Amino acid sequence: MERVPILRIGTTLFVSIQIDLQDESVLQLQEDLAEELAATSARGVIIDITAVEIVDSFIGRMLATIGSISRLFDAETVLVGMRPAVAITLTELGLSLRGVRTALNAEKGLALLNGTA
Amino acid sequence: MAAYLRDHQDKIVDRWTEMVVTGLRGRSSAAEVRRELEDLCSLVVRAMSGGGEQAAGELRATLAELSRSRARNGFTPSETALGVFALKDAVYELVADTADLVPEYLGFSRMIDDLGLQTFETYAAAREQIIADQATAMLELSTPVIRLWEGIIAVPLVGTLDSARTQLVMERLLDTLVATGAEHAVLDITGVPTVDTEVAQHLLKTVSAVRLLGAECIISGIRPQVAQTIVALGIEFGDIATKATLADALIHALKRSGRNIGAT
Repeated sequence: MERVPILRIGTTLFVSIQIDLQDESVLQLQEDLAEELAATSARGVIIDITAVEIVDSFIGRMLATIGSISRLFDAETVLVGMRPAVAITLTELGLSLRGVRTALNAEKGLALLNGTA
Repeated sequence: MAAYLRDHQDKIVDRWTEMVVTGLRGRSSAAEVRRELEDLCSLVVRAMSGGGEQAAGELRATLAELSRSRARNGFTPSETALGVFALKDAVYELVADTADLVPEYLGFSRMIDDLGLQTFETYAAAREQIIADQATAMLELSTPVIRLWEGIIAVPLVGTLDSARTQLVMERLLDTLVATGAEHAVLDITGVPTVDTEVAQHLLKTVSAVRLLGAECIISGIRPQVAQTIVALGIEFGDIATKATLADALIHALKRSGRNIGAT
C-alpha cells in the first residue's frame, strides 16, 4: 500500500495526493493526519487533489471526514485543485463536501487559510 | 423491355420530366430536373439490361443522393417518391399500345416500386440526420461561457435546462474555471422560460460542482414570475447568492473580490 506524505509548512499541513487512491491509503492518510494534527497543532490542512482523476463515494466521504476531524483540532481544511470531472462525479453522487473549503489551486488555498483572500 | 426503353429513352425522359416538373410546382427548373432524370433513366436501363450488381448499386446511390438533396431542400416525402413513380406512368403511356410488353412492364413496375420505397427510406434518414445535426448545433450554440471581468465568468442560459444541457454547461463552466482560474461564476437564467423543481435541481448541482472547485456561484436573471414559482414550489437555494440582473451579479462578484466600483 502506498502512503501519502504529509508536509508541514509553518502552521499548515500540506498533503498532495499523487497516487491512485485506494481505500486503505485514504484510511491510512486519515490516521496519519490525525496524529500529525495532534502533534503539531497545525491551524490548516491543504489537500491537493490535482492528480486525482477518479473518486468514488467512499473517497468522497473520507475527504469530508478528514475535514471534520481537522475541525476537532481547530484546523481548517482546504481541498485544492479538483478536476472538473471529479467535481461532476461528486455532485452526481450527492456529496457537496460541506465543512470542507475548496480553492482552485494550492496558492489560492494558502491565501484562504492565511485570511488574505 | 430494356431494349425498348433504350430506344425510346428520349421520349420517356421528356414525358417523365414533364410530370415531375408539374408535381414540383416550379421549385426546380425543367432543365435541371431533365438532367437528373436523364441520368436516372439511363441507369435504370443499364440495370435492366443485365448491368449486374454494379449498375444496380450505382442506380441506388444516385437515387439516394437525389432523395437526400430533395430532403435538404424541403421537398415533402411524397413529392420525392412520386418523382420516381412518375417513370412508371411515363413508360406505361408508351407501352400500353404494345400488348406483348405488358407482362414485362409488370416486372419493371415492381422494380420502380422498390426504388420508390428506397427513396422514401433515404429521405427519412436524411431528415433524421438534419434534425440530429440541428440539435447538436443548438446545444453547442446555446451554452457559451463568457468572461465578464478578470476572475469573473458568466454563462447565459437560454432555453429549457434538461439533464443533457446541464451536463454540457457544467463541463464547459468547470473547464473554463480551471483554465482561467476565475473565482466567480454567474449563471444567468434570464433566458430560461420556466424553473420547476427539475431545473432547480440542475442549477443546484451546477452550483455545488462550482463550489467544489473552490469558486463562488451566483444565479442571476430571476424574473418575477420565476421568483414566484420558485417560492410556490418550495425550492430552497440556501446560501447561494441570487440577483435580479446580470449587472447586479457582476457588482456582487466585484465586491466579493475586493474591487469597488462607483456608488452602488
